[in-house]
Amino acid sequence: MNEKKKWYDYLWAVSLTYLILGFFNILFAWLGLLCFFIPLLIAIVKGNKAYCNKYCGRGQLFSLIGGRFGLSRKKDMPKWMKSNYFRYGFLAFFFIMFFLMLWNTWLVFSGAKNLGAVVTLLWTFRLPWHWTYHGTLFSDGVAQFAFGFYSVMLTSTVLGFFTMILFKPRSWCVYCPMGTMTQLICKAKAPKEG
Amino acid sequence: MAKRKAAVSVRECVACGCCMKVCPRNAITVPNGLHATINRELCVGCGKCVKECPASIISLEVADS
Repeated sequence: MNEKKKWYDYLWAVSLTYLILGFFNILFAWLGLLCFFIPLLIAIVKGNKAYCNKYCGRGQLFSLIGGRFGLSRKKDMPKWMKSNYFRYGFLAFFFIMFFLMLWNTWLVFSGAKNLGAVVTLLWTFRLPWHWTYHGTLFSDGVAQFAFGFYSVMLTSTVLGFFTMILFKPRSWCVYCPMGTMTQLICKAKAPKEG
Repeated sequence: MAKRKAAVSVRECVACGCCMKVCPRNAITVPNGLHATINRELCVGCGKCVKECPASIISLEVADS
């Protein structure tokens, strides 16, 4: 607990703003790519998890709501949930769903499919979200990606929110696909430990 | 009375750095993004990291010396 707060201790506000913007104009969802590329770049270039450790706004949001505001039971999470099987399995699942989303985007780009202005929560529930889209200068595929990507972001936030309430505030960090991926990159890059 | 210090179960650590953020002594680092490392010289065994760790893999152990 450093005495003085740094600029990056307020990135939770950015995460929150991102989620709110998605309720007004879906094209803002594209900004979420930053949460994918920045941690990957830091892991690849610098070989550490500074993103998780310092900058992750979502983690800060969970520790604020679950920790400071106390919306968390603060219980230990079940053993299977922190096992590598689950972490890597969840990462693989996330990858598959992500590529399905990209495929769907491609279909709309190529004109084989019409735009679906819905946000799919937990890969199952298709919520109408059409008021956030008013057309674009480019292909409808641009919007399709935005709807798909926002679905990913909202779904992971909802999952993280549930595990925040049930277990520790930042339980999401244990099975966060980005965290798992950056740790794998770091493991591959790091000098061998004795 | 024996002093107690924080100890990380390195194999299970996801290197999220939650412990690092709450440590009042700045005794924790996550070198190379692998796992949390505790500087036993600085650790006073307050247990804040034990409570914070989302994977609950930090414990207080009696220091040898």
